[in-house]
Amino acid sequence: MNQAEKETYLREYSILKNEGKPFFPYAVAKDSIMAAIVIFVIMFLSLMFGAELGPKADPTTTTYVPRPDWYFFFLFEVLRVMKNVPVFTPMATIGVPTICMILLFLLPFYDRSPERRIERRPVALSAAIFTIAAMAYLTYSGANTGSPNSVDMKPPANLTAAQKQTFTAGALVVGQSGCLACHVIGSNGNNGPGPPLTKIGSKLPPAAIASTLVNPTAPMPSFKSLAQQTPQKFQNLVGFLSLLQ
Amino acid sequence: MPRLPAPPLPKVLQPKPPRPGDEENGNVLSPVEAGITVVDWLDERTSLSPGLRWLLWRKVPRGINWAYTLGSATLFAFLSQAVTGVFLAMYYRPDPAGGAYESMRYINDDVFLGKFVHGMHKWGASVMVILIFLHMGRVFLYGAYKYPRELTWIIGVTLLILTLMMGFTGYLLPFDQKAYWASVVGVNINSGGPFIGPFLSDFLRAGPEFGATTLSRFYAIHMLLIPGAIIALIGLHLYLVTKLGITAPPWIKVDNGSEPDLVQRTEA
Ligand code: HEM
Repeated sequence: MNQAEKETYLREYSILKNEGKPFFPYAVAKDSIMAAIVIFVIMFLSLMFGAELGPKADPTTTTYVPRPDWYFFFLFEVLRVMKNVPVFTPMATIGVPTICMILLFLLPFYDRSPERRIERRPVALSAAIFTIAAMAYLTYSGANTGSPNSVDMKPPANLTAAQKQTFTAGALVVGQSGCLACHVIGSNGNNGPGPPLTKIGSKLPPAAIASTLVNPTAPMPSFKSLAQQTPQKFQNLVGFLSLLQ
Repeated sequence: MPRLPAPPLPKVLQPKPPRPGDEENGNVLSPVEAGITVVDWLDERTSLSPGLRWLLWRKVPRGINWAYTLGSATLFAFLSQAVTGVFLAMYYRPDPAGGAYESMRYINDDVFLGKFVHGMHKWGASVMVILIFLHMGRVFLYGAYKYPRELTWIIGVTLLILTLMMGFTGYLLPFDQKAYWASVVGVNINSGGPFIGPFLSDFLRAGPEFGATTLSRFYAIHMLLIPGAIIALIGLHLYLVTKLGITAPPWIKVDNGSEPDLVQRTEA
């Protein structure tokens, strides 16, 4: 807006304001009705859905699925998708949300036209529709990502029968142990904080995989007790991971 | 007798003038008069009434509709969170070793109306997030962020971020499995951020690992740091809204008949 446009706006606005009604009691009355609706809805939700507590937090369990509150689903989904592009990982996880935030902050500075009617602001209208659609889609797909407690993968066709058996058995252990809470394997699991395991078998030999499982870097829990108590399961776990090529 | 300025009430709400034959009060101070005396005493010492008049008896442009109540609805949801939060804080203990989860259990199972207040706080958070997005949508569609209200918008975006941070820090406090693991992952995502990412994560965790002091840190941030900032910024936001006036809906046009320069412009 240039100086003339600014002055026109201020002049027209002061006329409209003078033709208006006093804030108290007219606007206050509407606001109070709205406030009553808000408190009613909050109480209703509380009575209907309560506030259940889950089991107590246990840093040593590994079977737990991290789930944020629904209004962060879109963010988790962005991160999940972005992490599959390894080159951009550090940039994308924080970079994309940061850029969106900055764009939001600076909106009044790059949208400088004096036009205020939405039907005459095609760019703003399309941006709004696109943003709402994207947020709705991301929230929806974030809410529906497969249960991180099971690995949904077929053994590759080139394996021997015994390898296939190890693969299926190990995939089950991975699901039960909650690895997918922090790692992605193919299209399963959350990407982060741990590295993706989709091709871990081609990066680490089985012995290195086994020793990482027993002596991991924090915050990953150790699977030492699994190795001692049920060595067969542990073998299957290592076997499955080394078959991920 | 001291008199307050009469509010511009609609006809029906205006007090009727006394009619002859009505009972006289004599020398006894009626409650209204007593109230006025107290207000007058305060005003003589604080000079608050011009400020209140400025806040309450300013004009709002013609044509404003229900979408304009979304901002104050957000404010009201925040106040509800503050009140229910104070009641939860009376019972909550931010001690991960054996306190946090148990104290939430106690609130849910034993405290009178505990589960209800806990539920109001929990669902109130979602309601506030929805309202803040709707309010922002109204401001966007009406072009209300444009000159001269850019700063109001910027403060608003800051409020949006702070509100989401309230959701994030509050989520850990019940200290159940869901809370714990979502926060571990959330903080770890933070550490991947550029420049301040690792420092921010260390700050949130109170150290390189998710440990005993993390919970009390989240608690302090959730109930002191961010609410303080939100209250201060809402104050600024509303000061600007009052100072600059609320936008008229963009489709309302000035009558061509009215002559701009004849209208007094002291209001703006
Ligand atoms: C805690 C959060 C917030 C509270 C309590 C709040 C409160 C309010 C209130 C009471 C108004 C008066 C007009 C109305 O209700 O529509 C207002 C106006 C405004 N708000 Fe907010 N707001 C919040 C967040 C935001 C956000 C997130 C934005 C945008 C990013 C924003 C931008 C604005 C602007 C630009 C106006 C002026 C609109 C006009 O004059 O028509 N606010 N706010």
